[in-house]
Amino acid sequence: MEVTYLAAINQALHEEMRRDENVFVMGEDVAELGGAFKVTEGLLEAFGEDRVIDTPISEALIVGAGVGAAVLGMRPVVEMQFSDFISCAFDQIVNSAATLRYRHGGRAACPLVIRAPSGAGIHGALFHSQNPEAWFTRVPGLKVVAPATAYDAKGLLKAAIRDNNPVVYFEHKRLYRSVREDLPEGEFVVPIGVAELRQEGRDLSVITYGGTVHQVLDAARILDKEDKVSVEVLDLRTLLPLDREAILATARKTGKVLVVHEDRLTGGIGGEIAALIAEHAFDALDAPVRRLAALDTHTAFSPPLEEYILPNTNKIVEALRSLAAY
Amino acid sequence: MALEREKHIAERALLTMDDVQIIDLYRRMVLIRRFEEKTAEMYSRGKITGFCHLYAGEEAVAVGAIAALYDKDYVVSTYREHGHCLAKGAAPRAVMAELFGKATGISRGHGGSMHLFDANLRFMGGYAIVGGGLPIAAGLGLAVKYREEPEVVCCFFGDGALPQGAFHESLNLASLWKLPVVFICENNFYGMGTMVQNAICQEELYRFAEPYKMPGVRVDGMNVLEVYQATVEAAARAREGDGPSLIEAVTYRFRGHSMSDPAEYRSRREERIWQERDPIKQLRRKLLQDRRADENQLTTVETEVNAIIEDAVRFAEESPEPALDTLGKLVYVEDDGTAQS
Repeated sequence: MEVTYLAAINQALHEEMRRDENVFVMGEDVAELGGAFKVTEGLLEAFGEDRVIDTPISEALIVGAGVGAAVLGMRPVVEMQFSDFISCAFDQIVNSAATLRYRHGGRAACPLVIRAPSGAGIHGALFHSQNPEAWFTRVPGLKVVAPATAYDAKGLLKAAIRDNNPVVYFEHKRLYRSVREDLPEGEFVVPIGVAELRQEGRDLSVITYGGTVHQVLDAARILDKEDKVSVEVLDLRTLLPLDREAILATARKTGKVLVVHEDRLTGGIGGEIAALIAEHAFDALDAPVRRLAALDTHTAFSPPLEEYILPNTNKIVEALRSLAAY
Repeated sequence: MALEREKHIAERALLTMDDVQIIDLYRRMVLIRRFEEKTAEMYSRGKITGFCHLYAGEEAVAVGAIAALYDKDYVVSTYREHGHCLAKGAAPRAVMAELFGKATGISRGHGGSMHLFDANLRFMGGYAIVGGGLPIAAGLGLAVKYREEPEVVCCFFGDGALPQGAFHESLNLASLWKLPVVFICENNFYGMGTMVQNAICQEELYRFAEPYKMPGVRVDGMNVLEVYQATVEAAARAREGDGPSLIEAVTYRFRGHSMSDPAEYRSRREERIWQERDPIKQLRRKLLQDRRADENQLTTVETEVNAIIEDAVRFAEESPEPALDTLGKLVYVEDDGTAQS
């Protein structure tokens, strides 16, 4: 049966809550309303108010309380209604959750999942469009994932819930209902830390994740058809820890790499990927590693401005053509 | 004055305790004092480095409150947490070794003075971000309540935490959900060098309980029996499912904010006044006066404690530095997560 990205997340929550009674969901309007985007719909009816909990608008507390519950062996899945609001919880994520095991000399765990609906392209403007993953991808102790498909959305969330470390799970709002696929019956988990080759290619590599994966695949099809250029597409899926082997393998294979993300250019994870390749696969490169990302500004409300700021299929096609011609 | 109102509770505490329990309170306070004095000495000799905040003067708060709890109850603390950690039962050896940064320390030398943590003792961490421990305490309370377990969470924080959002978020939620948390504010009048009246619009900090619909009391934090009795009552309330309480323990740190702070923002006269109210001397006088202990017993306690502290220092000095290859191993739980905790 075809399942949307959103329904896949919902399925993962249902399945993990059925499997393990230590799993519970907590956040703003997640219970009665089923979440601002209906991601948690039906959980309250299925699991009751002890396990599906509406909280006040107190993000630091939501994460901090999740840490407290997690250290006692619960498996909280807390929701930041929009990933933009995660800044209110920053201290609890980077100082409390990420360091917990370390502070305890390696003798405690913090199995916490922080779901964070992220991304632009839905006219949310400055405070409802952000992609804050790079604030967290440099924090040891955290894991950071950003699925692009319904299969990964489900499998990565199940893996995140079972992981004994705090995981920040970025789900892209634009993909909620625009992406769907047939999911296999029965149990599956997508391992954290493993990238997925979405498309094999010979001439160029694109390394991407989350909201831009589908744009990159569309662009790759255009290049294949119109330019006879074969593009390999690597979907990172996990941003911390990075799948270094997969990144270096595709760089070595084609010698020309474009990194694409919807997060801003400066300080985005694209810079880290470019540095990795420059350090470890310089000899295999036929061109400088290039990056295509959101402009270094805030996300505008005006639809033409928003379009101008964000990466899209056309911009990716142009960037690929330029790289192919290098 | 709330202080006057609460005076009688110390007497009530005395009636409920036998001599062994009372002398144990004395022992714990002396242990913390000697530990902190020795820490200062080791710091000035360069054996302990970094940022170090001593608890001397405030012993009655940690000892009184934690004595009112069961071993299974949880404690969350601040960066000035040597006293809470020791009162919760941590071995002085493990805490001293941590201050020395040694492999045998309570956090294997990775945390140092401000980040002591021992979940086995149910000491759930010193939080070096002001106010950072309060949401954690709420979460511990949530897990306890969800599992219908009988434990209580005791959360210490300073007056400096009150202006933080985390304080208000946590009290609101704990009250709303009737979480089994005892919030204990150690009001020592200074957030580093800023006086309470320059930082907080309401100087009577226990009054913050009222808008959050929980009992709030102000107790003499230099009187271990008052703190003990107030915590007994708050913990009983939490355990019965009636929700959180806020205790303001008025106290004083005998030294500066940290080892590098000469406390020039306060007068020597003010310091002398508080030193006369030293919680250890007060209890000592009381025990002798009420004939609950004799001079001989108390001197024996002091001698025993001195030996324990000397042993802790020797242990810390002789312990190895952490091996460099342990470093990466403490960041992540290495299993794939398919195993259940």
